[in-house]
Amino acid sequence: MADTPKILLEGVRKAFGGNAVLDGVDLAIERGESMVIIGQSGSGKSVMLKCILGLIRPDRGAIRVDGEDLMAMSARELETARAKFGMLFQGSALFDSLPIWRNVTFALTQGRLRDSAKMRKIAAENLERVGLGSEVLDLRPSELSGGMQKRVALARAIAPRPEIIFFDEPTTGLDPIRADVINDLIVELVEELGVTALTITHDMASARKIAHRVAMLYQGRIVWSGPRDRLYDSGNPYVDQFVQGRAEGPIR
Amino acid sequence: MSATLQPVIGFFGSIGRLFIAALAAIGRVTVFAATTISRAVRPPYYPSRLFEQLMQIGWFSLPVVGMTAIFSGAALAQQTFTAGSRFNATSTVPAIVVLGIVRELGPVLVGLMVAGRVSSAMAAELGTMRVTEQLDALTTLRTDPYRYLIAPRLFAALIAIPLMVLVANAIGIFGGYFVAVYKLGFNAVGYLDTTRQYLTATDLQMALVKSAFFGFFIALMGCYHGFRAQGGAAGVGRATTDAVVSAFILILLSNMIITLMAFG
Ligand SMILES: Nc1ncnc2c1ncn2[C@@H]1O[C@H](COP(=O)(O)OP(=O)(O)OP(=O)(O)O)[C@@H](O)[C@H]1O
Ligand SMILES: [Mg+2]
Repeated sequence: MADTPKILLEGVRKAFGGNAVLDGVDLAIERGESMVIIGQSGSGKSVMLKCILGLIRPDRGAIRVDGEDLMAMSARELETARAKFGMLFQGSALFDSLPIWRNVTFALTQGRLRDSAKMRKIAAENLERVGLGSEVLDLRPSELSGGMQKRVALARAIAPRPEIIFFDEPTTGLDPIRADVINDLIVELVEELGVTALTITHDMASARKIAHRVAMLYQGRIVWSGPRDRLYDSGNPYVDQFVQGRAEGPIR
Repeated sequence: MSATLQPVIGFFGSIGRLFIAALAAIGRVTVFAATTISRAVRPPYYPSRLFEQLMQIGWFSLPVVGMTAIFSGAALAQQTFTAGSRFNATSTVPAIVVLGIVRELGPVLVGLMVAGRVSSAMAAELGTMRVTEQLDALTTLRTDPYRYLIAPRLFAALIAIPLMVLVANAIGIFGGYFVAVYKLGFNAVGYLDTTRQYLTATDLQMALVKSAFFGFFIALMGCYHGFRAQGGAAGVGRATTDAVVSAFILILLSNMIITLMAFG
């Protein structure tokens, strides 16, 4: 089954009220691939990730992970399948009632208090990978800056060593140096641990560094996808306008 | 259709729509409660979360509940005395205080006070978790929000509120005793004797049944409205208001139904 894509979306459609946010998304992500999704604010990128995670149920279409249809799964099967995924939420979504170390190890403890000493150690290791020291372990999320929260959320997503990781704007709100540390981390996860990565970003420098392939979402569909090196000569007017950040063009 | 009938039809139309909306809401709440209970009976369980909620709902509400009970018991004794003195019936004070507190005032006032404190807190906390995607994060980290967040709150309220009502009953009766003995000149031993005579197991059981319902409604409304919150800070505010108002109404309505059935 070497040719089964890790993640496959076919004709995925999702409307809120009358507003079709996703209108027939087709996308295949291979095992071990790093895919970057670009697209305008509000174009449905986050909604697409939430559909794959089973947080939002699409109106139509199919979503397969390792060839298995997510939409045909029972709640319990879905919960098992979620072990494959790690997710960095756009707004971090840290649990503000728990200290940092319990946030980072949440996927391992499922919220129960067990092996505190071991869990603190695991939390410290994962925080180190995102450039945070062990002095934050006992703080609450509200005591951290936005960029630090984002990095804690990243540590939480990678802590259980998932096969697939979704990064929703991992470098937004970080200074350029921190952002590059995160880029390096994503590259390392993909190249060394064989993780399949799906990253949403508005940061073109980050896209060029981490992506194997780039896809652009526009008006509910993938209008272009291609290797990273073609991003700046895609020949697609939407992509051109987007990556060059021009106000004039087919997108308005 | 004649023009004069239009407003009439419009009036009944809007009543009909309200009725349908109310039925739909009852359906959603029922599904929410049934989902919570059916998930909660299967593991994983979260005893430490249950304990945390017992402290939040029970222990930390005790000062408020104690004050409510003592003030109400004291006022009730004075009112009964004043009203009774017109018919030479001031000796009814201990009986009315104990019956009034145990059957009605204890459960209802505790229910309302705790609803104000707890339903609102639950709706605000869960609503914030909803709008900041913490509930989504919980799901992706393979933890069921119904088991982890809702069930502990529901069961903690179910346990804590009846216990608090027992405490409130005792404090309320003491409030009445205090006023009767130190202000109205009742004999201390005689007052307690009469109180004991009118304090029946049946009344206490009914207070417990009532307060278990109240506890269930308090947590259910807080969780349900918080869970459904959407639209940022304003949405969380709306959820909080809805939780408190609907908990109040359910408490007063179920109290009336149980009382009418028990004494009907
Ligand atoms: N739960 C929801 N209910 C109603 N509408 C929603 C919901 N979630 C998202 N939307 C709508 O779907 C559209 C796409 O939202 P989404 O968050 O996916 O955008 P995005 O591409 O991630 O944008 P950004 O780059 O700003 O994060 C928006 O118009 C949003 O209003
Ligand atoms: Mg987004």
